[in-house]
Amino acid sequence: MNKPIRTMSIVCMALFVALLVNSTYLQYLRADELNSRNDNKRVRDAEFSRERGAILVNGQPVARSTPVDDEFEYQRSYPQGTKYAHLTGYYSYTYGRTAVELTQNEILSGSDPRLFVNRVVDLIGNAEPKGGSVSLTVNPRAQNAAYDGLRALGPNVEGSVVALDPSTGAILAMVSSPTYDPNRLSSHKLSAIQEAYDQLNGNPARPLLNRGIQEVYPPGSTFKLVTAAAALSSGQYTPRSTVPGGTRLDLPQTDTDLVNDGGSDCGGEKITLTEALKVSCNVSFGFLGMDLGADVLEEQAQKFGFGEEYLDDLNGQVPSRFPEDPDPPQTALSAIGQFDVAATPLQMAMVTAGIANGGTVMKPYLVDEVRSPDLDVLDKTNPEPFRSEAVSSSVARDLTQMMIETVDTGTATPAQIPGIKVAGKTGTAQSSEERPPYAWFVSFAPADNPQVAVAVLVEDAGVERDQISGSGLAAPIAKSVMQAVIGQ
Amino acid sequence: MSRSMSLPNPLSTFTHRRRRGAELFLLVLSLLVGVGAYAAVGLGVEGTLPVDIVTYGGWLAALCITCHVVVRFFAPYADPVLLPIVSALNGLGLAIIHRIDLANLQQNADANTFAQDQLVWMTVGVALFIGVLVVIRDHRRLQAFTYTLGFAAIVLLLLPLVPFLGTTINGARIWINVGPFSFQPGEVAKVCLVIFFAGYLVLHRDALALAGRRFAGIDFPRGRDLGPVLAMWLVSLGVLVFQRDLGSSLLFFGLFLVMLYVATERPGWLVVGAALFVAGAYAGFLLFTHVQSRVDAWLHPFPSDAASYQIVQGMYGMAWGGLVGRGLGQGDPTLIPFSYSDFVVAAMGEELGLTGVMAIILLYGMIVERGLRTALVCRDAFGKLVATGLAVTLALQVFVVIGGVTKLIPLTGLTTPFMSYGGSSLVANWAIIALLLRISDQARRPLPDLGGPPEDDSTQVVRLR
Repeated sequence: MNKPIRTMSIVCMALFVALLVNSTYLQYLRADELNSRNDNKRVRDAEFSRERGAILVNGQPVARSTPVDDEFEYQRSYPQGTKYAHLTGYYSYTYGRTAVELTQNEILSGSDPRLFVNRVVDLIGNAEPKGGSVSLTVNPRAQNAAYDGLRALGPNVEGSVVALDPSTGAILAMVSSPTYDPNRLSSHKLSAIQEAYDQLNGNPARPLLNRGIQEVYPPGSTFKLVTAAAALSSGQYTPRSTVPGGTRLDLPQTDTDLVNDGGSDCGGEKITLTEALKVSCNVSFGFLGMDLGADVLEEQAQKFGFGEEYLDDLNGQVPSRFPEDPDPPQTALSAIGQFDVAATPLQMAMVTAGIANGGTVMKPYLVDEVRSPDLDVLDKTNPEPFRSEAVSSSVARDLTQMMIETVDTGTATPAQIPGIKVAGKTGTAQSSEERPPYAWFVSFAPADNPQVAVAVLVEDAGVERDQISGSGLAAPIAKSVMQAVIGQ
Repeated sequence: MSRSMSLPNPLSTFTHRRRRGAELFLLVLSLLVGVGAYAAVGLGVEGTLPVDIVTYGGWLAALCITCHVVVRFFAPYADPVLLPIVSALNGLGLAIIHRIDLANLQQNADANTFAQDQLVWMTVGVALFIGVLVVIRDHRRLQAFTYTLGFAAIVLLLLPLVPFLGTTINGARIWINVGPFSFQPGEVAKVCLVIFFAGYLVLHRDALALAGRRFAGIDFPRGRDLGPVLAMWLVSLGVLVFQRDLGSSLLFFGLFLVMLYVATERPGWLVVGAALFVAGAYAGFLLFTHVQSRVDAWLHPFPSDAASYQIVQGMYGMAWGGLVGRGLGQGDPTLIPFSYSDFVVAAMGEELGLTGVMAIILLYGMIVERGLRTALVCRDAFGKLVATGLAVTLALQVFVVIGGVTKLIPLTGLTTPFMSYGGSSLVANWAIIALLLRISDQARRPLPDLGGPPEDDSTQVVRLR
């Protein structure tokens, strides 16, 4: 009987090896994933009673932990809660974490591998481990300008502002309105958290939503920059090429015509491409869209980042989209940013920043530096190109010139800054008869040495329909953000 | 004749040494682990040594040393590694149960505590251990009780189904109430079954092994010989259906198959058994919602719901423990339901880490290895089968319970030998170890010198040849 006993020994050994391998998988290989789950009470309790690192803007905390005398020992607080809410996110016992509190949780909570040495030192010294701090790229003056600008339109305005440094991709400002106070969700009174969350979550204006990245909107005429970029890149057009203007464009296969905003005339039956952008001529760009074809437009949009998620530092990004296989009339509508084209404010800021940066779109980022509790720099984000040539530098130069003329003498005059060359484009997008149009504005400045590219979206400001326009509502906000960065 | 042929067979003359000194040394080490863990729990939770460390440590040491002395006198050639391993596992189990007691008391001053009871049960277990070694001087005597023990096993398995006596706890009807105690007769039935199978198979192995027909390269048994295996299959299904005890059902059937295979040396039985197992498991899955919910919690534990809450909390605990653990007293084992019984390994994983879990798994592996080694060197078929059965029972039980807790296989309720809180399991496992020691003492004892003095012709009165 010894042979089957030996066989059984091998079988038993296999069983025990399986147990050993599986517990290694569970406790070592899969441990990080399990520990980072939102419903893991154990990890949450330990993190809550630990000194969590601060989130800093220009050296000032926008999120910090201070000692308190309760079971958790530390209270998370947000000194400028509503202004930075969508960047810091909240850190709630019941509802988990969002935004930078979520994406940088390992550093903030002190469990990051880069803090291993600190943890060992703390362990030996019998000190409680602490979290590291995270510095954001945000320029506080630009953030103030963006926040105050949206606020000035009314406390319930729905909209968003995103400002980028075109040469690096650093996010200089990101505001979404309406906003919320993360302090209320990070309280230690569980009933108060729940009440606050239910109220915020039930609000139809969706204050928890970061409109800068988590929702897409029809970009309207600001998408004409993409169409113009495709036209110039095709080699068939120059800024001085003539295109059809006039009052209406016959859309094939349909009974309707494409008309200009308010039924106006573009300034002649034949106008130059520069002229068309300056007056935001729907007829011209509808024609260009059909002439170039949907594939060319889609390819150009993808070069700027449509269809992709590229922001790692905030969660929940929604990719922008260009419709699939539109027919010619749909292509004409898409070319002017209508039909099913939809973009996040961040995406339109990236189109603008790409043009400003000579055709290279930089990968956007929000986290500038992470530091250990001892303030040693653990990591500093290196700017990297997202698309090294979304358009060629000569096309970028031509587009810049066209956008400068749009600000100087075209539809975007409210964005003029004395003594500084500004390049910009307005947009007013219709979605349906029931809701007000979206007012857009994208711009960068100074045009000859760009320091800031900004996209402003006003979704609903509660004003009369005929008063809504990109130049009227959105351009002044963009102007003040640009001024804040340039330092005027 | 060649020179090598004239050499004596090295196996037949190999004499095992007693190694009782080694056993004592290992036993002292294991006591350091057990009592040390108890002290560490006190330091970790309350910051001071437990007030009862001397009485507790003294009692634990007295129990283990008594076992050693009994082995020294009544089974001097027994395997020297088994007792220290068991003492280490039991000591660690007591420490972790004490640790969970303290955590429960912190939350609720009136909470039930288990460590004291467990120490009492350990004492009962040790008493049974001594009883087995003293009373059963030769394991072959047990063969005479084959059918008695088989009958006893059936009665024990049926006891929980008796009205007023059996109680249903957490969905499984596997408990009986005896006065103030509740008892799981299945744990004792396990031991009786092993002896019954061994006795039965020793008698019938030839018929089961030799008759049969060959198909696809494997010898399959005759139809009429399938009787016993079918009967056992039905008993296992009965346990599953009437007692809702998935773990024991699996254990009994696996145990029987392995012993059948070892007795007959025919892999065909394993094929037949595996087919029956798959059929029974699938039917069980289709018919019983409690089986379905276990499988579902295994396949899709997230998001954690009522069915998967325990397993998810166990996984969180083990992940939180990581490589070296939070340290005794530094974790949160009360978050895991039943961390003092079925999920004791998860509590271990949280506080002692992967290191501790691996050490425990290896200790179990060594018990199994020592048991199977005993079976190999044992000189009689009955002893071989009993030793194999006991070792395989332990291996299967450890695999099913630790595999269930670590989500390797669906969770089934079985106790972790020597560590889970539970009197019946602890007592039965101490008896298993005593039986293994008894068989290994017989197996390793030098053969009596039957040759007699070589030059004794002159002393013989009658010349035989």
